[in-house]
Amino acid sequence: MQTRVILKVLGLLLMMFSSTFLPPMAIGWYDGDGTHMSFVHAWYAVLITGLVFWLPNLRVSDDLRIRDGFLIVVLFWLVLAISGALPLILATQPHMSIVDAFFESMSGLTTTGATVLTGLDDMPPSILYYRQQLQWLGGMGIIVLAVAIAPILGVGGMQLFRAETPGPRKHEKLTPRITSTAKALWSLYLGMTLLCAAAYYLAGMSFLDAVGHSFSTLAIGGFSTHDASIGYFNSPLIEGIAITFMIIAGMNFGLHYAALHQVYLRRVKPDQKHFDLRRLHFSHYLGDSETKAFLLMIVMIAIPSLILLSSSGMISTWGETLRHGLFQVVSIATTTGFTTTNFSVWPGLLPVLLILASFIGGCAGSTAGGMKIVRAELLLKQGRREIQRLLHPNAVLHIKLNKRPVPDNVINAVWGFFSLYVLSFASLGLLMMLTGEDLVTAFSATAACLNNLGPGLGDVANNYASVTTSGKWILSFAMLLGRLELFTLLVVLTPAFWKR
Amino acid sequence: MKIIILGAGQVGTSVTDILSREIGADITLVDVDEEHLNLLQNRYDIRTVVGHAAHPDVLERAGCEDADLILAVTNSDETNIAACQIAWILYNTPRKIARVRAIEYTNVKELIGEGGLNIDYIISPEEIVTTELQRLIERPGALQVLDFANGRVQLVAIQAYHDGPLVGHELRAIKDHLGQEIDTRVVAIYRRGKAIMPDGDTVIEVDDEVFFIAATEHIRAVMAEMRKLDRPVQSIMLAGAGNIGVRLASALEDKGYKVKLIEKDAGRASEVSQILKRTIVLHGDSADEDLLRTENIEAVDVFCSITNADEANILSAMLAKQLGARRVMSIVNRSAYVDLVQRTTIDIAYSPKQATIGSVLPKFRTGTLEAVHSLRFGTAEAIEAIALEDQSSKIVGRSIEQIPLPRGTIIGAILRKEKVIIPHHDTVINHEDHIILFVQEKKHIQDVVSLFQVSATFI
Repeated sequence: MQTRVILKVLGLLLMMFSSTFLPPMAIGWYDGDGTHMSFVHAWYAVLITGLVFWLPNLRVSDDLRIRDGFLIVVLFWLVLAISGALPLILATQPHMSIVDAFFESMSGLTTTGATVLTGLDDMPPSILYYRQQLQWLGGMGIIVLAVAIAPILGVGGMQLFRAETPGPRKHEKLTPRITSTAKALWSLYLGMTLLCAAAYYLAGMSFLDAVGHSFSTLAIGGFSTHDASIGYFNSPLIEGIAITFMIIAGMNFGLHYAALHQVYLRRVKPDQKHFDLRRLHFSHYLGDSETKAFLLMIVMIAIPSLILLSSSGMISTWGETLRHGLFQVVSIATTTGFTTTNFSVWPGLLPVLLILASFIGGCAGSTAGGMKIVRAELLLKQGRREIQRLLHPNAVLHIKLNKRPVPDNVINAVWGFFSLYVLSFASLGLLMMLTGEDLVTAFSATAACLNNLGPGLGDVANNYASVTTSGKWILSFAMLLGRLELFTLLVVLTPAFWKR
Repeated sequence: MKIIILGAGQVGTSVTDILSREIGADITLVDVDEEHLNLLQNRYDIRTVVGHAAHPDVLERAGCEDADLILAVTNSDETNIAACQIAWILYNTPRKIARVRAIEYTNVKELIGEGGLNIDYIISPEEIVTTELQRLIERPGALQVLDFANGRVQLVAIQAYHDGPLVGHELRAIKDHLGQEIDTRVVAIYRRGKAIMPDGDTVIEVDDEVFFIAATEHIRAVMAEMRKLDRPVQSIMLAGAGNIGVRLASALEDKGYKVKLIEKDAGRASEVSQILKRTIVLHGDSADEDLLRTENIEAVDVFCSITNADEANILSAMLAKQLGARRVMSIVNRSAYVDLVQRTTIDIAYSPKQATIGSVLPKFRTGTLEAVHSLRFGTAEAIEAIALEDQSSKIVGRSIEQIPLPRGTIIGAILRKEKVIIPHHDTVINHEDHIILFVQEKKHIQDVVSLFQVSATFI
């Protein structure tokens, strides 16, 4: 363990993070509600902490080793959640306890979207904006952002990058250089956020609402500036925009990059680059097996949901059923967690089906949570292979993805991930029951936090205010576990990690 | 610069190492061996693509569409040629470099250049390594011999010995020793591993490593100043009949040396003995004491081990030395070994990696570079650049003392229209002069290169 390098990187990252307090500070100052002082205090506190870590180790320039990478990522997310909680603790309205503020901050950064706050509609705009911004930063990953704008991390940057990005095939890069890959990802993310914000604004949201909701939509977070979430606007157009961008953000950003690349670059003559929108083909997306499976999953969950919902007669008209049904399916299946209606009181198996869908989540390399489509696909294919093997004992069978065979070590890693995921879910759910929650609340809350979904069932269908203090700590841990895809966090918790 | 390297073998990996760390190029490495690629990806900031290097879909995945340069260095000449051709047809890739080993291709002039294959440069690392080894064998006493200006100028490193007439004297005395006809420039002296900047007052001590530049025909005379020269080489023993071994044996036998070549593999030995004319091909282990004794190792002037395995090379060279070979050399690929071996009984540890990189590197660096050679295991470099007239030129029309060279950089020689000039402080540089520089610290190399850069419109 190279403590000094770790401290140096940590300090640098903290100083960078402190600058994210400036926009909400400006909003608070402009609004004149007095909340800006809490951001000022938080800003210099984090900045000075960062300096204290960074300055004494300025001259240290050892390369990051594998272990350092894991530790930095885990430490950074922890320190970040704490720093992110600072303004919430310092603010007079809402007046939050330490555990509540930490929970809210962690929920924001991990793009979970579970909240302990009620009465959002009356909160100061700076605090509301700040919560949305936390989600946006956590969505593409703040370390990915750091790698993009701070090339000092060098090859070690790849180490950090991999520990934070979701998906089983972490070594695939969009561009040869890690910094340019991170830059490409963040530019894409930023561009799509701007597009989404513009669409929301034109559809009738206020400026701050449009920006705030575009943040939590692209980050697949689920925070809203209103208690009634997207339902507040009661606009089919806004819901349509949200559905579109949730699906876009649930796809692999590598695919978006490649699509854009197709449009933008094809050498006509040497040294001549050419922009041509006609080269954008949807076959590019549909040719990818994960995207196909993603869209298929949404359709497959939507159809029975709509049938059950309309036959139950809970929602009066067909049009309304389609509207709420589709929105809720997309919102939960992508692990966003926006709501237009209270789906937890829907009939029969529907709420459970939706929560289960969130276990699969979005595509690898997206901002979505859950186990990711590609892992589910690989597990399914592996299951099919075993059946085929029973029928043809001598057959040589390969598992293929996009027509290319997947090496066995990837499949083994997926199995390991799956078993740990189930184990984490079960043990954290049991712990939640120990804190006094009922069965439905305990396990749905664990699932909603582990999958970075947000709303659960039972007592946590709307917010998490009723959860006990210890329950909130457990759920915060679950969120981080889910966001870092288990291994990064668990490896740091093993004794072997700390042995030389 | 976006570069695609095809083939993650010895050359591909070394070039990746240098380019990704020092030049900051965007590198995509293509190979069929996924595990090896994963290993490299963990070490360098590069992208890797698994697949056959010449297949269009693999080139597409590697981002050939907007690549500036493609370097094809797979094991197969045919794959390399095909990959360059395909990259040109499909993606108009501006620059293509291919490794082509077989002389059967490189001998046919029509294949390369206008109207031929779409390859801008053909490199053949084996050929370079063979010529460098041959020069080392032929110049007893030299630690390193590098060619510049098509062989008109050489840079030689030699260890000073107490029987050299100049040893113990000031450098300026060299003029009186050699006479008016012969001129040379000592560009660097390494004393106990540390570099010292030589000037007229510097006294050469025993065991100094002296680097000097001179016209090729004067090299021997200058060397004789530093140490008493060994009697000329007659009998040479090579261990390992790989590509380099056979090329080397064939070149040496043509020059009339007595060459013996040891090969472990019986099949390969018999194959090689059919190709070679006068070389005696021996089937056996180069570390077999009895075999070496039977073949009169004590009468061998140079023993050179050139198998693929560093460890075997080092040990058999040490054994040969112990059994009485006059001078022993060994090929050492791992740079960590090169340092270790320098302090043993092995006279010269030769790193083919450095030579290979030296041949490829100028093609990547911008500016008008002709050749780049690594010295002192990569800490120093010698370069040959062409001075071109241009408004922004900081070189043409100026005298040597007016050129803002970084510390530790010396202009060793100038080639002006086939004439070798050893420059003095008042020598003025002309348009199209070939300038041979010695750069003591590698970090200054970019500064030196940028001196020779012409403005973008000129290219």
